[in-house]
Amino acid sequence: MASDDPFLDTGLTRRATLQASAALVALPLAGATATEVGAALPAKPSGQAFDLHTTINGRPMAVEIDTRTSLLDLLRERLALTGAKKGCDHGQCGACTVHVDGQRVASCLTLAAKIDGRRVTTIEGLSDGQTLHPMQQAFIDHDALQCGYCTPGQIMAAVACVAEGNATSRERIREYMSGNICRCGAYVGIVQAIEDAAAKMERKA
Amino acid sequence: MKPFSYARPATPAEAVQAFTAAGAGARYIAGGTTLYDLMKLDIERPRHLIDVTAIQGMDAIETSGDRLRFGALATMSAVAVDPVVARDYPVLAEALWKAASQQLRNMATVGGNLLQRTRCLYFRNGSGNPSSVGAFPCNKRAPGSGCAAIGGLDRGQAVLGQSDACTAVSPGDWPVALTAMDAEVEVVGPAGVRTVPVAALYRLPGDTPHLEFTLAPGEMIVGITVPKTAAGHRSTYHKIRDRESYAFAIASAAVALDMDGDRVSRAHVALGGVATRPWRAPEAERLLVGKRLTPTVALDAGHAAFAQANAGRQNGYKVELGARTVADALTIAAGRTV
Ligand SMILES: Cc1cc2nc3c(=O)[nH]c(=O)nc-3n(C[C@H](O)[C@H](O)[C@H](O)COP(=O)(O)OP(=O)(O)OC[C@H]3O[C@@H](n4cnc5c(N)ncnc54)[C@H](O)[C@@H]3O)c2cc1C
Ligand code: FES
Ligand code: FES
Repeated sequence: MASDDPFLDTGLTRRATLQASAALVALPLAGATATEVGAALPAKPSGQAFDLHTTINGRPMAVEIDTRTSLLDLLRERLALTGAKKGCDHGQCGACTVHVDGQRVASCLTLAAKIDGRRVTTIEGLSDGQTLHPMQQAFIDHDALQCGYCTPGQIMAAVACVAEGNATSRERIREYMSGNICRCGAYVGIVQAIEDAAAKMERKA
Repeated sequence: MKPFSYARPATPAEAVQAFTAAGAGARYIAGGTTLYDLMKLDIERPRHLIDVTAIQGMDAIETSGDRLRFGALATMSAVAVDPVVARDYPVLAEALWKAASQQLRNMATVGGNLLQRTRCLYFRNGSGNPSSVGAFPCNKRAPGSGCAAIGGLDRGQAVLGQSDACTAVSPGDWPVALTAMDAEVEVVGPAGVRTVPVAALYRLPGDTPHLEFTLAPGEMIVGITVPKTAAGHRSTYHKIRDRESYAFAIASAAVALDMDGDRVSRAHVALGGVATRPWRAPEAERLLVGKRLTPTVALDAGHAAFAQANAGRQNGYKVELGARTVADALTIAAGRTV
């Protein structure tokens, strides 16, 4: 296997590794337990190391990364936050959408080193405990998915779309959600869910 | 991807110094939406990344002077919704919000945007083994290897400004709008500070398609300025894509008009999606002066813009599509009230 890949398989399945290994590569600060923020691969950076201090879903943490690491790979492979999906890894599909300092970005094209000192929110950090975010609930209510692969990215993009003020009409929602591809074609439900949640989110704000 | 060092200087001077000190393989990185993407494809192979995004104040948007000024680090999304830009210079705002997706526009900077690289399929695909030319020859990616697009699948290729070595399209929308509006780029480098007209930032491919820009090594873009003009009110960036949104232009036109009554006194016209660099169309601009903008005149101007066009096997449609895109853009711009 390519020796310069920082996320080499260890022989175990990826999911088993993610779940079993509570290795302290990622060190949550402020008293969070490793399982709360997710476990980590014991991957020692094989290239140049970067000492990253960041806040993910409200929890400050420190983690040593290889400078080549994308935010998406950091979340999925090191922190076991597998909600953000890898669809294309090139900014072309939106499945990896997360928020950095409240703005939606493509985590696949974000160097993880760039989130140093910033706040990241992923789909895992969206609900209020067991209470779903209005956008999550609206996606369920409107059947806004089939396979669900694009859904975490759609929901994170949709929450930002509303916050930006870009959910004011169907046309505008379609334009400002065009960065999220749904291979199953659930677009009709997605637009309905966003219209519905936008009204509820505004009432709450 | 090869390992690289990562530095985050706090001022432009420190950034230039870091670039010079790093030596071979140093690159600036801003949003990373071009550079990191191409690093993943093994097309770009920097050894030292100098992240300029921690430089304070370099994202400022200033609209009060006699020129608009955009700090190089302003994001595409921020400039697109600036109230003065959106109201008085729709050509600039539209070139930004019709590009990429909101996620990418939140990351991408207006400085980095000027230096984005082509989306030519043969350039992007099959870099593969770094010791070879990869799956496809490409003079831009591997100088001297040849061009697979010439005589190949060339539906997306340029019809203006190509050479025997390269037909790759200059992909950006924002550079086309800036070219139409006579923008200038402020540059800081090892040799000091200079100002470059945006049109002088780009090279034609000629025999050296791997050289795309006129910046010297270590030169950094710090800002972009646009002279204020009333023509901004009657302006548009008209972009035709294979799908309605989230796609690069197959043809586009940036247009701004000064009108004297119902006659055009001065026209700004630039083309995107059809040329190997952001393409000013002086032939169309000259034809329009003193004319009433009838549908016939608009289409004549469009055809004038493409008088020198040369198509390959599958991209002939771009000549007529491009001309009609110019004509539609002129009609949209003229219809805007000041
Ligand atoms: C899926 C997708 C769709 C897209 N669609 C469109 C589209 O429709 N229209 C469009 O116009 N663009 C589109 N883009 C391109 C996007 O707009 C550019 O990638 C972006 O603007 C580049 O800005 P950046 O800050 O991310 O640059 P980076 O990737 O950080 O840098 C790009 C280049 O500029 C250099 N650089 C960056 N900043 C500076 C500086 N201040 N001084 C000197 N050099 C610098 C870097 O070294 C690098 O060579 C798309 C991109 C993707 C991934
Ligand atoms: S995985 Fe990031 S946009 Fe597709
Ligand atoms: S629900 Fe399957 S890709 Fe969107």
